[in-house]
Amino acid sequence: MKYHCPKTFADAAQIAADATGVIRYLAGGTDVLVQMRAGMVTPDDMIDLKHIPGVKEIVQNADGSWTIGVAVAGAELGAHAGFCADYPGIVEGLELVGSTQVQGRATLTGNLCNGSPAADSVPAMIAAGAVAHVVGPNGARDVAVADIPVGPGKTSLTKGELISAFTIPARGAQGGDAYLRFTPRTEMDIAVVGCAVNLTLDGDRVASARVAMGAVAPTVIVMDQAADAIIGTTLDPQALDTMATIVSGAVKPISDKRGTAEFRTDIAGVLAKRAAKIAYDRAKGTK
Amino acid sequence: MAKDTANELRIVGTRPDRPDGLDKVTGRARYGADISAAGLLHGAVVRSPHAHARIVKIDASKALALSGVKAVVTRADFPTGLTGEAWDLQENTMAGERALYDGHAVAAVAATSAQLARDAAKLIEVEYEILPHVTDVDAAMAPDAPIIREGAADHSVPEGLHPNVVRYIEFGHGDLEAGFAQADIVREHQYKTEAAHQGYIEPHACMGQMGADGKGEMWVCTQGHWFIRKMCTQVLGLDASQLRVTPSEIGGGFGGKTTIFMEPLSLALSRKAGGRPVKIVMSRSEVLRATGPTASASMDVKIGMTKDGKITAGSATFRMQGGAFAGAPVDMALYCAFAAYKVPALQHVGYDVLANRPKAAAYRAPGSPMAAFAVESLVDEMCTELGLDPLEVRVKNAAQSHETSSFGPKFGVIGLNETLAATQAHPNLSVPLGPNQGRGIASGFWFNHGGDTSVSMALGEDGTVTVSIGTPDIGGSRASMAMMAAETLQIPYDNVRVNIVETGALGVNEPTHGSRATFATGKATVEAAQSMIVEMCKRAAAKWGIEPEAVEWRDGAAHPAGPNAGEYPPMTIGEIGAAMSNTGGPIAGHHESVPAGVGESFGTHVVDVEVDPETGRTTILRYLVVQDAGRAIHPAYVEGQYQGGAVQGIGWALNEEYVYDDMGRLQNPVFLDYRVPVASDLPMIDTVIVEVPNPGHPYGVRGVGETGIAPPLPAVANAVAAATGVRMRHLPITPSKLLSAIKASKNG
Ligand SMILES: Cc1cc2nc3c(=O)[nH]c(=O)nc-3n(C[C@H](O)[C@H](O)[C@H](O)COP(=O)(O)OP(=O)(O)OC[C@H]3O[C@@H](n4cnc5c(N)ncnc54)[C@H](O)[C@@H]3O)c2cc1C
Repeated sequence: MKYHCPKTFADAAQIAADATGVIRYLAGGTDVLVQMRAGMVTPDDMIDLKHIPGVKEIVQNADGSWTIGVAVAGAELGAHAGFCADYPGIVEGLELVGSTQVQGRATLTGNLCNGSPAADSVPAMIAAGAVAHVVGPNGARDVAVADIPVGPGKTSLTKGELISAFTIPARGAQGGDAYLRFTPRTEMDIAVVGCAVNLTLDGDRVASARVAMGAVAPTVIVMDQAADAIIGTTLDPQALDTMATIVSGAVKPISDKRGTAEFRTDIAGVLAKRAAKIAYDRAKGTK
Repeated sequence: MAKDTANELRIVGTRPDRPDGLDKVTGRARYGADISAAGLLHGAVVRSPHAHARIVKIDASKALALSGVKAVVTRADFPTGLTGEAWDLQENTMAGERALYDGHAVAAVAATSAQLARDAAKLIEVEYEILPHVTDVDAAMAPDAPIIREGAADHSVPEGLHPNVVRYIEFGHGDLEAGFAQADIVREHQYKTEAAHQGYIEPHACMGQMGADGKGEMWVCTQGHWFIRKMCTQVLGLDASQLRVTPSEIGGGFGGKTTIFMEPLSLALSRKAGGRPVKIVMSRSEVLRATGPTASASMDVKIGMTKDGKITAGSATFRMQGGAFAGAPVDMALYCAFAAYKVPALQHVGYDVLANRPKAAAYRAPGSPMAAFAVESLVDEMCTELGLDPLEVRVKNAAQSHETSSFGPKFGVIGLNETLAATQAHPNLSVPLGPNQGRGIASGFWFNHGGDTSVSMALGEDGTVTVSIGTPDIGGSRASMAMMAAETLQIPYDNVRVNIVETGALGVNEPTHGSRATFATGKATVEAAQSMIVEMCKRAAAKWGIEPEAVEWRDGAAHPAGPNAGEYPPMTIGEIGAAMSNTGGPIAGHHESVPAGVGESFGTHVVDVEVDPETGRTTILRYLVVQDAGRAIHPAYVEGQYQGGAVQGIGWALNEEYVYDDMGRLQNPVFLDYRVPVASDLPMIDTVIVEVPNPGHPYGVRGVGETGIAPPLPAVANAVAAATGVRMRHLPITPSKLLSAIKASKNG
């Protein structure tokens, strides 16, 4: 295995484009190193991104949007008061990853590009409308985070492409988000269902909303109909029930050792209601 | 010599630091995988991916062609002609004609690095013919079940049962029909528990070395190195005394490290590799697939009760599978089933059944948790139905000291009444509960054990003392032994060092199992100290020119026994040690026996849970363990045992289980999916140490390690029933199962 330490994303992309064998980028390494030790993957080229300037930065842009570096760890994001105030849902998703030790390393980037349908920070990123800046041998492009995963362990990035940063839209007034997952244990477990809700209010009424569900299909699914069921409402119990019914009807979970399809379907609706309520309260500033 | 008043004791009952503590927190302690030696080779094991398959052919030529690969062994390298338990051990160590479960070893390889050994293992080609398999205990007894091994049953099995039933047990007393006739209600239900693994932190690891002369050495993580010696030499056809076994520090065992798995393979590989040492370290998935979890159980229980809560009769029919070999703890389970009760008429029937799963090993109070789940659930259901207080009902029917037990023998002095009274008095019972919350209560029992025990003790030149024991220290027993030695010798705790010594240094010792170490090794330590005191008094007597009987031992020194003995200044243990080469040579004490006077232990647990009615998730709010310790030598380690037992039982009740697919392959061989509780799942476990001294031990000790895992299974189920109105009779109570039961109860 060759270990590379590029100083620019262009160099990283070039190394990846020239590689002939298995490559892995090293962000926090909490997926890659574990997979290597388990014998699941033996990369020929390992490209460490942590020495590229800016990868650890969290910046609020003039328009209020946020740019987050690819090596920002969970513990760092969680300690950033400004971002936590705007997007507590994204932060709580990433903070659910692993233990204190893992938090010192694990990133949004790795969580997304590892491609697990149960990745905890991805639903909230998608619900927020986050965009990934992608660099490749043929230049740069912007891709919605929602379009990065294409199936378990697979992304839409092509050979030599990698993510250089994320942009998350400006929060604006009266917005809030939330992420909830269901696991049998409190910690160190994998989401049986995950749900993120991001919304904005106009007075007491929901003005816009996005609902994204994890672990109920091969990739995170965005449920526009579920969002429509709460837009224009005050999130009254009836609206919530309608949304839950739509969510449970739209998920396509599998039955496996981690939960039956029936169970996942039930839980999806329950979590959607609960996450929507939290996001609503946050948008109102009551929590 | 029963020292039965606590205030005479100076050290017993205090909480000094453990002697192994610094090593363990600094990483200096040497665990199984830390052992190394010059010329070391690494072993890897090839395991069956099939639940049941005939081994058609094994071709290791590609592996052997790799440079650095030094040896490959298969069953052909083992002696033939073994019978009984020795054959079972050999067959489990390395499959013969057939692989009997997913994970069964079929070949092993030694190479110059661990990576090379793993790569070589992948190159060993095994051709299998897949056979029909069965993993569920009830399915394994059904008429059409595939036969796992013809002729494996012993004479206890009545004719007409499926060949997978290999042992049958039946016992009881009283007139069952009459007993049920006297009851106001008679209820009967079926209960099931799934296989659970001990989940010790340290995977199995060993290093074995064996020359062509049949002389060997082994360093191994184990609960009992004489068991390792006996079993390895049986399986390899060697003389026991030619193998020297040294135990490493141990990261948990809970019964699972009282037997062999890959240990003989390291010796067989070493012998074939010219005597170079071979180390084998299991991965977690090997531990889960191929070591010994406990049995899974299917149980029918029937109880008769009067309106005022008197139990008039009971019957229990238990079916357990413990893998592809006899040995599910169905007998122990039946003995424990009604142990906490005095019942006029009882009947017990048990079936030990083979299935295509790994060979069960002991797990903390083997059999008792399953039995407690079935019986204590049904007692609770009947208390609820009759509107009776479950603790009162347990008091009313409690087993009593010196009376015949449910399983036959008479109890000694037991502390069940005291334990129940302490539970009733505990403040946790009066904490008010909110919506979706419920409280569950259950009791449990374990016999405890004596077993072969050998201890020696030597006086140092400066008056300090070394104790050599043969029971590996899992739960702080070095501290307890040092405390008992210091108490008996009346010297400071810090002046005693306790070592766990290898098989060449002592008589045979049974493992640290059966909750026996503090009782049996402790009793032998006290006896050894007494014999050393006798010798030290002799030396003083000789110096003073008086009779040894005129010398008494007090405050760590020899004193003239009274005014008639003469007036001499006390001779301290330090002075005796300094002078010993001139007064007759080294001073040592020793004791060998199978200690009698084992004291049984009862415990009662109370748990408060909250169930999320929309997700089926159970949260443990509050947990209380009340158990009789006889006497707590080191109370912190007794509390640790109580808390650990409760936590393992909670895991078994809520989430832990072996999940098999249709092919009989284990689906969850990693800790991500084999869900033991994590720290944040649990509240601090409250403990109450009841002390009803065991007259069979000089300081009153009963074993405390095992009883505590039995009550949590029913206590949690009882609490869930109280919180939801739904009775879960099949563990684990996963959110998925509980939510569908809650939904079904609403619809029906
Ligand atoms: C004990 C433990 C518990 C865990 N618990 C959870 C949990 O609860 N929830 C959860 O979702 N996950 C969990 N994980 C998984 C893991 O920690 C997360 O997925 C984490 O976010 C991965 O981030 P990383 O930076 O460590 O990724 P890395 O391991 O560095 O990389 C992961 C993948 O992303 C690719 N990659 C990295 N950077 C880029 C880039 N810039 N462009 C393109 N591809 C890139 C790599 O090639 C690799 O395939 C756990 C892991 C451990 C060890």
